[in-house]
Amino acid sequence: MKQSSVEQKFAVKLEHVSFSYGKTLALNDFSLEIAPGKLVGLIGPDGVGKSTMLSLITGARAMQESGTIEVLNGDMRSKEHRNKVCPKIAYMPQGLGKNLYFTLTVEENLQFFGKLFGHNAQERRRRIDHLTRSTGLYNFLDRPAGKLSGGMKQKLGLCCALIHDPDLLVLDEPTTGVDPLARRQFWDLVDSVRAMQPGMTVIVATAYMDEAQRFEWLIAMDEGKILDTGTPAEIFAKTHCDNLDDAFIQLLPAEKRSGHTKLTVPPLPEKDANVIAIAADGLTKRFGSFTAVDHVSFKIRKGEIFGFLGSNGCGKTTTMRMLTGLLTPTEGTAELFGNPIEAESMETRLKLGYMTQLFSLYNELTIRQNLMLYARLYRIKESQVSARVNEMMERFQLMPYANDTPAALPLGIKQRLSLAAAVIHHPQILILDEPTSGVDPVARDLFWEMIIELSRKDGVTVFITTHFMNEAERCDRISLMHAGRSLACDTPQNLVKERSMPTLEAAFIDYLEEADPASKEKISLEKSADPAGDAPEKRKSLWKRFAESNHPKFSIQRVLCCCWRESLELMRDPIRATLAIFGALLLMLVMGFGISMDVEDLSFAVLDRDGSGLSRNYALNIAGSRYFVEQKPIKDYDDLEKRLRSGDLSLAIEIPPNFGKDLQAGKSPQVAFFIDGAMPSRAETVNGYVTSLHNQWLQEQAREHATAIPASTLNCQVETRYRYNPDVLSLPAMVPAVIPLLLMMIPAILAALAVVREKEMGSIINLYVTPLTRSEFLLGKQMPYVMFSILSSLMLIAMAVTIFDVPVKGSVLVLLIALVLYSMCSTGFGLLASSVTRSQIAVIFMTMLGTMLPAVQFCGMIDPVTSQEGAGRVIGTLYPTTYMLLISRGVFNKALGFRELYPELLALLITVPIVIGCGVMLLKKQEK
Amino acid sequence: MMQTLKNIFFLGVKELRGLFRDYMLLILIVYSFSLGIYITGNATNDTITNAAIAIVDEDHSQLSERLFDAFFPPMFRHADEIKLEEIDPAMDAGKYTFVLVIPSEFEKDVLAGRTPTIQLNIDATRMSQAFSGGGYIQQIINKEVTSYLKSSTPAALPVETVVRNRYNANLTQSWFKAVMQLVSNITMLAIILTGAALIRERENGTLEHLLVMPVTAFEIMFSKVWSMLLVVLVASIISLVVVIMQMMHVPVNGSVWLFGCGVALHLFAVTSLGIFLACVAQNMPQLGMLLILVLLPMQMLSGGSTPMESMPVWVQNVMQVAPTTHFVEFCQAILFRGAGIEVVWKPFLKLFIIGAVLFAFSLRRFRRSVAS
Repeated sequence: MKQSSVEQKFAVKLEHVSFSYGKTLALNDFSLEIAPGKLVGLIGPDGVGKSTMLSLITGARAMQESGTIEVLNGDMRSKEHRNKVCPKIAYMPQGLGKNLYFTLTVEENLQFFGKLFGHNAQERRRRIDHLTRSTGLYNFLDRPAGKLSGGMKQKLGLCCALIHDPDLLVLDEPTTGVDPLARRQFWDLVDSVRAMQPGMTVIVATAYMDEAQRFEWLIAMDEGKILDTGTPAEIFAKTHCDNLDDAFIQLLPAEKRSGHTKLTVPPLPEKDANVIAIAADGLTKRFGSFTAVDHVSFKIRKGEIFGFLGSNGCGKTTTMRMLTGLLTPTEGTAELFGNPIEAESMETRLKLGYMTQLFSLYNELTIRQNLMLYARLYRIKESQVSARVNEMMERFQLMPYANDTPAALPLGIKQRLSLAAAVIHHPQILILDEPTSGVDPVARDLFWEMIIELSRKDGVTVFITTHFMNEAERCDRISLMHAGRSLACDTPQNLVKERSMPTLEAAFIDYLEEADPASKEKISLEKSADPAGDAPEKRKSLWKRFAESNHPKFSIQRVLCCCWRESLELMRDPIRATLAIFGALLLMLVMGFGISMDVEDLSFAVLDRDGSGLSRNYALNIAGSRYFVEQKPIKDYDDLEKRLRSGDLSLAIEIPPNFGKDLQAGKSPQVAFFIDGAMPSRAETVNGYVTSLHNQWLQEQAREHATAIPASTLNCQVETRYRYNPDVLSLPAMVPAVIPLLLMMIPAILAALAVVREKEMGSIINLYVTPLTRSEFLLGKQMPYVMFSILSSLMLIAMAVTIFDVPVKGSVLVLLIALVLYSMCSTGFGLLASSVTRSQIAVIFMTMLGTMLPAVQFCGMIDPVTSQEGAGRVIGTLYPTTYMLLISRGVFNKALGFRELYPELLALLITVPIVIGCGVMLLKKQEK
Repeated sequence: MMQTLKNIFFLGVKELRGLFRDYMLLILIVYSFSLGIYITGNATNDTITNAAIAIVDEDHSQLSERLFDAFFPPMFRHADEIKLEEIDPAMDAGKYTFVLVIPSEFEKDVLAGRTPTIQLNIDATRMSQAFSGGGYIQQIINKEVTSYLKSSTPAALPVETVVRNRYNANLTQSWFKAVMQLVSNITMLAIILTGAALIRERENGTLEHLLVMPVTAFEIMFSKVWSMLLVVLVASIISLVVVIMQMMHVPVNGSVWLFGCGVALHLFAVTSLGIFLACVAQNMPQLGMLLILVLLPMQMLSGGSTPMESMPVWVQNVMQVAPTTHFVEFCQAILFRGAGIEVVWKPFLKLFIIGAVLFAFSLRRFRRSVAS
């Protein structure tokens, strides 16, 4: 490759880049150069365009009109260049484990990324073992990613990003919400990677200023512009500060830091010393065999700020959920103000303010609407709602975003919104689960100012979890938790003293390492010899060979890789798979037996105005058939009208006065049939039945009373032969029709959620930033569903033959080929719907509308396509179910083979690439 | 009490706001209540429309020629003449639903009163056409032959019959199809909107948050019911009046208001069903599967596509539990037969009971399904 010989001046170069979301400007004429091989930190308040910039650099987001971005010596606008460099860029988006697949294990996640980048099995094994050994994940290879703690998720995310030895590593707040120990391990890992790959450029956005201190070069950002750049030392010198928190605040424009002073926590007043707000005694929660919280006890007095610290996954959230009444403790008790917590007690809930760890307000409402809703639900008087909402928005500086939806806002602002919602009703107890994760230092201080004010002035009890040590130091008391147990509970000063450590962080880590000696080893392992690491040259050559393989435009291996991952996900949800398979069989049973064209037991009644023997005989003839059931006679016209209207009768027969006499006299009396026409097809059937019964009766009469009544006037006979189904049974006609119907709907809906779900969960990012192409992505996803659909079609055919006794008369091979093609159509349709929609609701609705409707109505299941009209005819002609129906009925009922059915097969064959092609075209490779 | 109503109201407004932000969903809703119904309704006019027919004429007489002309649109396509050996391949390929074989000497035999036989081949895989087409063709042939013989034989029948199709004199299929499509879309939409919305709230954690607030599960559930009920109710009434009555000229005999009440009851039942399914399913893909399992039989076996009477008794009994069965029943009664409340109170009551039972059952599961 050329790039290795040419000296790289910049790893990343931005020139006059602007980017806006609607009216909001995220990046404003932004220019920046980043030298290769550096560890660069990006700091700034929330919502100043850090994430936007990072996603633009990685190519995950499409650029807008203005500016140029060059990454690794090429223009990121050029699709060709993006394809070329994306194997050299690794990107970890904001949020815990956004690029991971939660149902897959650690091993499988890593394997997936390894396969995507084209490593062979041996290479993957070597890399995975090395990465997991040095991160302490090695012992958790079999654990699903979703079950990992936050810190481990982030480490795994980093491993996945590092697996292909990138030249540029982009980390967007990688340690937000991660405990101090895990954070330290995370940065050790980054350091060791950099040591091995000195050429690698690392760009990190972070909210932790203590972390930023270790970076080589810092970029401070505000409002889409650069405030300052330089090494940490330079920045300290400029701002005359000794720590970055303060330095950063100093860098902000004057109006932004107005009113910001260093926080002091006044001592807890003695007044309410004996009022216990929250008391927990031996609180325990088990999930199956796993003990999440193990006999935790504490007493928190009114007005106290009680901090809860601990590694990720140590049971903090579970404890909080028990305190809010969301979970019922397995053992032990919890009391709020001396009252046991009852799940249904509204009084308790009114006293509580709660903030969950993950954003849990409405993305579909604006900031103002969200707050209005919460204010009202918390029973704030209607007259005060507006004022209170405004007060909160002022306080948390949400005014500029009042009419934006949270979905488009950065994490920090969402957190502020959640906080505002939690305190909007002035609760007596505040339960806050990592409220400041991802919030910038200024906003965090603002928030703490408010917490302190609430606690000291209003006597609000605050129960809070945090990973920031400077926040923990502000708590009156803290409890250190690990693996469900409380390790220690005291004031921060006492804890530091007891361990004789310089800082709370050190004391905390000391406690943790004592409780879990294994955590110490993990760090020491990190420098263990990489099997190939002793020869960096060899590594380099491997990398070169890999780079020079030049990433083919379409790689079967990547398709298989996607297919493998999708199958794994499908298998991890056995309930869904079972529902799909047995659902199909069950539906076939119900519909095969249920849908029928033979109508029996129709109710009818007679208005007999003659009352002669002949008229009674006439009525009896009809009542005697299996088609009709006689109801009590009709009294008069009113009665007839009423009973038809109520739906009691499908048919009313009026026999005129003197019917018998007239008949015998050859005067042709007139019998009237009143048929309920509300359902036309049933009315037609009724008409057909009653007419033939009428004729039958006439012929009988003619035979019996040869002299009196003229013989039948039929001049010719019509002999009807029902082909393919001589007994005119509904079942043999129905069963072959139900199979295509089911095989359209079920695989489509299975596949439909595949892409949208990734969009909602965030893992779609892997499509944006890896060499994966859209067609590989979709084809790979489609394959397992096609397999699945083929399997269920085989079961349906078996069911048709055995339970329904409908034999396959024609070519089984043709049927199977058709089913394979058809499965590709139906799953392709699901993926197509999935490509164009953004929400799971919309895709379900679209798929239902797009499969059930046409398949049932327009494709000849009940009415043949040839007799459809208008748009229905067009849909019927284009829709693959039409052709599958013809093939299915042809093979099942008509004993046909390839020679007769090839046009239909051809139609399916043409549909497949069209459907898949549309899906690929409509899927986006970059975020807008 | 007041607070409960307020909570239900505000939470419902939140649902509506959320819905109006999902443009794709809105487009789909508008489509399903306008074009979706129009297309389906107009796709088939009568049971027998444009039926494909062919005749093998071995007689080549005046009478047999007349039979060719006896089949004409809109019921039949003009009859093609084919040869005897072409019957099998043509029918195998599904080219014709009906093939008549007129034997040689047909006319002669008719004139001689020997009652010759015409063979009628029907493709029995063609469901509805096959099952009702035979009778029609028989009638047409008889009429044609009789009128051919009119000069020689008197046509008086011993008993004449008058058929009066009430409520839909010409048995126009589109009337029924359009209304049934409306029924089907109302049901599908209501279940998906509530069910999927609930799962989404659970997956996003917003539901859990609500349960920590002074809001009861009842209020949360009921807010979803009324908001989605309102949306679908308004859409369906507009659809009935504008699309079905104005554009498609379907004469509606009954009271639109009574129909509206019925739709509201039905919606109560199906939105409750949606919530129930969401409480049972653990995630969206599972809900998707459950939806098919429930919706498909509910649509196909409600009596809207094939008559209820034709189903086996056990299916009829099972379908009593499905809201659509009662919906279809009162729809036909009100819209076509012009029935009043004295007739439809029974399905109304059943719908309410189904809804109440499902709602109560979901209420019991609700908390558990959220906390787990």
